Amino acid sequence: MCFISELAMLACCKVPWRSGTCSRWSRSADNAGVRVPQGPAFRPPAHSRSDWIGPPDQHSNLRPIIFYAPPDESALERRLREARQEAQASNQRFWARHNRAFRQEKEEFIYSRLKAKGLEMRDESGQKATLNAEEMADFYKDFLSKNFKKHLQYNRGKNLN
Amino acid sequence: MSAARPCRRPLALAGLFVWHLRSTGVWQIPCQFVHLYHVANNRLITFQYFNFLKRMYVTRCNKDLSQRAKPKSDSIVSPFHELQQLDQEKKVVNKISPVSPVHQLWSETSSRNELREMKSAAETEDSVILVGTESKEDRRWKEMKLRLDDLPGILARLSKIKLTALVVSTASAGFAMAPVPFELTCFLLASFGTGLASCAANSINQFFEVPFDSNMNRTKNRPLVRGQISPLLAVCFAASCGIPGIALLTLGVNPLTGALGAFNIILYTCCYTPLKRMSIVNTWVGAVVGAIPPVMGWTAATGSLDAGALLLGGILYSWQFPHFNALSWGLREDYSRGGYCMMSVTHPGLCRRVALRHCLALIGLSTVAPVLDITTWTFPIISLPINLYISYLGFRFYRDADRSSSRKLFFCSLWHLPMLLLVMFTCKKSVLKKEDKGDLPGGSHETAMEIRLP
Repeated sequence: MCFISELAMLACCKVPWRSGTCSRWSRSADNAGVRVPQGPAFRPPAHSRSDWIGPPDQHSNLRPIIFYAPPDESALERRLREARQEAQASNQRFWARHNRAFRQEKEEFIYSRLKAKGLEMRDESGQKATLNAEEMADFYKDFLSKNFKKHLQYNRGKNLN
Repeated sequence: MSAARPCRRPLALAGLFVWHLRSTGVWQIPCQFVHLYHVANNRLITFQYFNFLKRMYVTRCNKDLSQRAKPKSDSIVSPFHELQQLDQEKKVVNKISPVSPVHQLWSETSSRNELREMKSAAETEDSVILVGTESKEDRRWKEMKLRLDDLPGILARLSKIKLTALVVSTASAGFAMAPVPFELTCFLLASFGTGLASCAANSINQFFEVPFDSNMNRTKNRPLVRGQISPLLAVCFAASCGIPGIALLTLGVNPLTGALGAFNIILYTCCYTPLKRMSIVNTWVGAVVGAIPPVMGWTAATGSLDAGALLLGGILYSWQFPHFNALSWGLREDYSRGGYCMMSVTHPGLCRRVALRHCLALIGLSTVAPVLDITTWTFPIISLPINLYISYLGFRFYRDADRSSSRKLFFCSLWHLPMLLLVMFTCKKSVLKKEDKGDLPGGSHETAMEIRLP
């Protein structure tokens, strides 16, 4: 019965990148200047025997999961846990980098459009100047087409390191 | 004719059932779960209260177009945050003072900055003392343990119960419109089977899209995203809905309906979901997905796929475009960032043209209904005002292309469909009238009885 459930779990995570489950942040993962939180991460209470899920990450919006490793963990269970952690780390890297790029390019676009209109980034009251939805639509279309190939690769499960 | 009247009553009941189902949606849960659901709801209200505060605080700081929350920085202060700090203040003061005389100096101050410094200083010196205090960040971590009394609410959200209820009501409409005498058991089996199939499809869809749902405002509170349920349990739930659902349709109704149900699940989960991120064609595939349930209802009643089924499917197919294109107009930022290929982002002109085109198509399809003997000629006449109104809103959306016209079109589509189906049902051409035309005057009563018996 246990074995069947393990197999089922492994089968569900056969395409681990799709499940979107996350892992403890790997400290060695640091790609293209994406900062991974260093220092003491949240530690679940010692008596707890279940996984813990945290608040959404500020860059990737994905919620990290800290998996519980029981002391009597079998080899198959360990493989599953590590696969899920790896999937989580990979998702985290992709989305953090992607969202940062989006935010940055959006700022640049707004700046360039405002400049073309002869306006400053902040108006008289110190409020940040914005463009309306129709003006932003050009940016959204452009960003989507530029990142189309990147998304295709991500969706196919290719490692984007 | 006396034979006609008893036949009408179940049909009328069916109509009421359809309307009732649509409007009450989630409250059609058996008694024992209602209590659990209310309990879950109360807990959710408590949790969501704080969530709501957080969201309010975030959007207030965000005056620009971004729909996402800005990354939080420590310097931003909110009433909620202050309360938290006060809590910590008290706790830390109580814990720190007996330990060392140095800290007593700090316990007398009340400034927040100094408190933070003290906290970090104390942490580095002796973490054991602070083991009782939780930081605000730590409090946001949740144990992934399933609570049974939360389960009904979680599964309802996982299966998108309101959307499922709408799908079931369109299937019921298809069943009700079929030109055969009404059979209650068949109707219930078909509706229930369709509902189960829809739950399964929605759950699998959510399972596939966790990282994408996390990044979109509309979907970031889904159960799998929040970790309220494990992926394994979600997939098991989907299987335990889908397999009995399709089996029920195949064995309890007829194989054609079962095949359509299975085809629809596969179309939705394996074609529509991946296509969303590959091409704008996904919208047309999604429209077919939405059109199949009424066809299933019709085939459940008649056992065959005839022109009437295709017409009903066509009406639902056309309706999807104004509905979805208007909705997607306001979600362009999230779609762009999430990598979704939607017309509203890539081909905005096409998006609006297609919406308008299909609003007009609805008028055309309503006119075809009496030609196929599904309804009387009163149907295109009575439905003309609502069809013209949605076409007008479609035209406004086409011309203005702004948020307010898209919202108006979307909200109109929400009441337009149930009303159209209801009008269609009331204008349905009676089965017996058709039979009587071709029979001898004397034998009409017996023929009517013959039709009713299996």
